[in-house]
Amino acid sequence: MTSSPTVRLTLLLLPALAVILLLIGVPLGLMSWVSLLQKGGSTGVDWSSSPGISNYVRLVWEEDFDGTMILNPTYLVIFLRSVMQAAVTTLLCLCLGLPVALWMAGLGKTGRNVMLLLITIPFWTNLLVRNYAWLIILREDGWTARAVNAVWPFGPVQLLYNDVAVAIGLTYSFLPFMVLPLYSVFEKFDWRLIEAAHDLGATRRRALRRVVLPLVMPGIVAGSLLVFIPCLGAFVTPALLGGGKTAMLGNVIQAQFGAARNWPFGAAVSVVLLAIMLVVMTAMALWRNRRAAR
Amino acid sequence: MPLRHLLAATALSLLSAAPVFAQDAEKTLYFYNWTDYYPVELLAKFEAETGIKVILDGYDSNETLLAKLQAGGATYDVIVPSDYVVPGMIADGLLMKLDAPTLSNFVNVKEAFANPDFDPGRQYTAPYLWGTTGIAYDSAQVPGGELEQSWKVFFEPAPELEGKIAALDISSELILAASLYLGIPQCTESNDDAKRILELLEAQKPKLKLYSADSTVDRMASGEVAMHQLWNGATARATAQRGTIRYIYPKEGTPMFRDNFAIPASAPHPENAKIFINWMMAPENAAAVSNAIAYANAIKSDEFLSDQWRAMDAINMPDDYASRLVPTQDCSPAARELQDKIWTRLKG
Repeated sequence: MTSSPTVRLTLLLLPALAVILLLIGVPLGLMSWVSLLQKGGSTGVDWSSSPGISNYVRLVWEEDFDGTMILNPTYLVIFLRSVMQAAVTTLLCLCLGLPVALWMAGLGKTGRNVMLLLITIPFWTNLLVRNYAWLIILREDGWTARAVNAVWPFGPVQLLYNDVAVAIGLTYSFLPFMVLPLYSVFEKFDWRLIEAAHDLGATRRRALRRVVLPLVMPGIVAGSLLVFIPCLGAFVTPALLGGGKTAMLGNVIQAQFGAARNWPFGAAVSVVLLAIMLVVMTAMALWRNRRAAR
Repeated sequence: MPLRHLLAATALSLLSAAPVFAQDAEKTLYFYNWTDYYPVELLAKFEAETGIKVILDGYDSNETLLAKLQAGGATYDVIVPSDYVVPGMIADGLLMKLDAPTLSNFVNVKEAFANPDFDPGRQYTAPYLWGTTGIAYDSAQVPGGELEQSWKVFFEPAPELEGKIAALDISSELILAASLYLGIPQCTESNDDAKRILELLEAQKPKLKLYSADSTVDRMASGEVAMHQLWNGATARATAQRGTIRYIYPKEGTPMFRDNFAIPASAPHPENAKIFINWMMAPENAAAVSNAIAYANAIKSDEFLSDQWRAMDAINMPDDYASRLVPTQDCSPAARELQDKIWTRLKG
């Protein structure tokens, strides 16, 4: 075998390409293909059906109970709700994660390591178990509900089984994904830059806006993506803490692969979810490029 | 596909030639059952008596079981499908022929379960447990202390109970209950019927505290809700912790499920599976399950049933309620699509 650089490069890249193709390309390709098929009689997919886009049409247009085709807002509402819920969670995580990460970066070496350990500890427990813990914390006669009701002037508050409970549960679950990237940015941050900004006459606000924010931005963007994207597909938390009253995208997909036995439609919803995420990520990347160019 | 059928057929013919109680070389059994639907202590007894080690795995719905088997690659020896999914599984070739009446303990099976409509002659399945989906309520939290034996108390509750009610978060169960209340045939394919069901469920939704099919026993036992659309066995277990809980067999129709043991066509240890299924039809073993998880079994084992359960209507159904029982059916794809439409709009 020749050992020309091109051949060697190809050979070296081969494992990585194979992994990408096998673990990302094949499953996604299969998902997209299934989304074009029809569901089977008793089975999930009719593999012999001819491909078409009816599953995507169904997301917007639907046959009403009286047989006419109507604009069906249900899925649009669910999409919008999921995006909103994910956005609120991302914002809450940012508000909570930023001070925590900043404080951690200011600690000594031992303090930092202890905090990093504490932040990763929840991952040692299953997500389902942690959500059940919140069921107990927020339950009607629990101490949280009593404390809130003691100070809330407008009658008894129901903490569980609503969108607020879902937001609390999601924020709790995804907070570490926000803290860790922010911490890694703050850890490397050169605080002398702020002094330099002050020396050059910048006010505190201006130093924050022109010096700190641009340097911290990569951490904020990475953290936001890490929170927003898994949030969009969450289904355990809405089902448990939301009391199953309002569906999010994850619940719709789960229902299609389960009770409805309609894998193609479930796959179509998944493809759309993937498309939303791609749009978000592309927008973020474009925005950063433009900033970098400026 | 034809190759797989051929292989399955060959495997079947080989099996039927083998003596019934031959063990597989490997003393293992993969048991795939509903979560929390079998007392694990009993598996230790089975292992002690037969030397076969059982590995238990759990699922949460017939649909999950179906999806697993249809996707292929799942290796289980014994599964527990409910009555309504059995015909479809047989038609799709997912089950191995078992011929339950040839097993020595089949004589213990109660007559009502020996030759069911969903598997005539018990060729593919053997009976496990059976139960109903009715309404559990806490008589201490209900005005007057007693409720009518009707779905009305659940769908159109008294104002005092609003916000204290839980419904099962399972589309088929809730839609079936609504259909029974409205007098609509199970698995309806009519758009008008679907519309009426949706209207009933939408009117009920603001009066519900939540939809959930998890931790139902704790929810009732802790008094978190005063009423729960619930299975009879779960109600009985909650009653053991909170004595004021009662169970309703709604007069409009009480859905009944009959769960079964079956062997998947792809089972790696079918002979061990037969030994296990036969062992489970011994009265003392069937009763051990009922005593532990509070669902009635289909074996003549009433004498072994503990007094605690015998005293409860929820597990020991009064005979005159038998006419209210409605067997669960497998809905057609068109009916399932309609149910999905109702469910999505209800939750959307």
